[in-house]
Amino acid sequence: MEIVVCISVVPDTTSKINFAENNTKFDENGVTFIINPFDEFCLTKAIFIKEQYGANITVLNVGSSKNDPVLRKALAIGADKAVRIESNDLEGFAVSKHLSKYIKENNFDLIFCGKESIDYNGGKVPGFIAAILNIPLANGCVGMTINGDNITIENEIDNGIQICESKKPIVIAGQKGLVEEKELKIPSMRGIMMARSKPLDIIKTEECFENRIELKEFELPKEKSECKMIDSENINELITLLRNEAKVL
Amino acid sequence: MCILIFAETWNGKLKKSSFEAVSYGKHLADKLGLTTKTIIFSDSTENFDLLGLYGSNEIIKYDSINLESIEANKLASIICANAKNKQAKHIIISNTSRGKSICSKIAFDFEASLITNIVSLPKNHNPIVVKCKAFSSKAFSFYESKHEKSILTLLPNSIGCEPNETQFTLIEGDVNIETPSTELKILREEKNSNEISLTDAERVVSAGRGLKGPENWKMIEELAGLINGGTACSKPVSDMGWRPHSEHVGQTGIAINPDLYIAIGISGAIQHLAGVSNSKKIVVINTDPDAPFFKSADYGVVGDAFEVVPKMIEEIKKIQDS
Repeated sequence: MEIVVCISVVPDTTSKINFAENNTKFDENGVTFIINPFDEFCLTKAIFIKEQYGANITVLNVGSSKNDPVLRKALAIGADKAVRIESNDLEGFAVSKHLSKYIKENNFDLIFCGKESIDYNGGKVPGFIAAILNIPLANGCVGMTINGDNITIENEIDNGIQICESKKPIVIAGQKGLVEEKELKIPSMRGIMMARSKPLDIIKTEECFENRIELKEFELPKEKSECKMIDSENINELITLLRNEAKVL
Repeated sequence: MCILIFAETWNGKLKKSSFEAVSYGKHLADKLGLTTKTIIFSDSTENFDLLGLYGSNEIIKYDSINLESIEANKLASIICANAKNKQAKHIIISNTSRGKSICSKIAFDFEASLITNIVSLPKNHNPIVVKCKAFSSKAFSFYESKHEKSILTLLPNSIGCEPNETQFTLIEGDVNIETPSTELKILREEKNSNEISLTDAERVVSAGRGLKGPENWKMIEELAGLINGGTACSKPVSDMGWRPHSEHVGQTGIAINPDLYIAIGISGAIQHLAGVSNSKKIVVINTDPDAPFFKSADYGVVGDAFEVVPKMIEEIKKIQDS
């Protein structure tokens, strides 16, 4: 089985977010970059599938050489091969075009990507890949089992889950539940050593896809006003404030 | 040309987020001199006339298709066919689980731009410039559509809805639409026991490890029930299996933005805040006066959940009884 896990490289979840160049660029100063947490669930699931059925796992990224340490980490966790498509494209549709082109050329059975990236939160890429390749999409996938040619998937819907069946190939937009947080693989010493000799291919592309949207600027949320403290003996005051001042009850 | 709105139903009733979508569509249509057409899938007529109240000029109704059993790609095809047929300029969709599953497919087939997670009315109308959630609510981004047509998905409960009473015509949806071969086969659905979907809830009561064990959630459910709210939990609580994953709010869980978020026994790690900081009002109840969550709260109580929550229940009951 050939599995590809699309990886987005994002600021660590504890990063303080700042912007530069008149609020048009994310300020990377002092920021640690990690595998997008939703992609990490997918990568671990891919490794479980490999352990059970045998598979080759490719991790695929669109970006610059800055992303290579994170791709090396994915190799150390257990991917067999990393591929980075050299491009500055950030917009979801253009990124999806790059990813889909590689995926199409290399005939993957399972295409994993996190349901969204924690930086731009677009959540568009999995759906675009499925649409471009004209294959089904399991969006917000919280569980998956393989039975021969059939794949049973559990997708999150508002207030529940939907259980579906599909054939390969399929795009699985994963999140927690696909594997549990405590099951997430971390690189072992041996894994880190082995990762050094695994291939990290760089694809230079001249192709520039149409950006259908343009990021104009960023804005930080307004500072919260001071928290009003209420004595635990005066809970009636809290309820009154919620009713009359906040008007939320 | 028109603005096409997809109005989602849940248990046969229109969702509040659907009225927000119609209201948004009407605002945009007025600015651009267009009409609004709303597409719904429902065999009930319970509250669909409310779509007129929020500004729908035409309602395209599919009686024979149950939204809960229709697969995402098929749904996307039907919406896309209507968009082509009615020459839609923009399509407005709620950023719900279902909305997220169909928006890319529609944007691709309809050859439109796609902007997701929109949190306010457009900053500019032609070309469209909108404000969106970014960095898991730690920031906002402004996007401009470089394309004539666009798909806009709205973060539920962010923008609200303005009544704008409009005479509407009702038409039957065209069912002779070619649907794709790339479908998932839906076997069944399992719904959560809670009445209110978390992403739709206007009020959410959430609890963390401070509650000491799953057996203590009765009072959380009671409080949520009294204020017609949903129940949620922190990541450790769902990791320990005290509560289902579907209730986990935070960076790797669900992101919510209710009018009122009550956090009980949750310290407020940055990853938790990423999922809830867009809530309009936050109440934090914690025994630790130094809990970081107080910095992001509007109202705080330093105290034991087992004393404070029953008092809250009592006070609310008093008001409701009088």
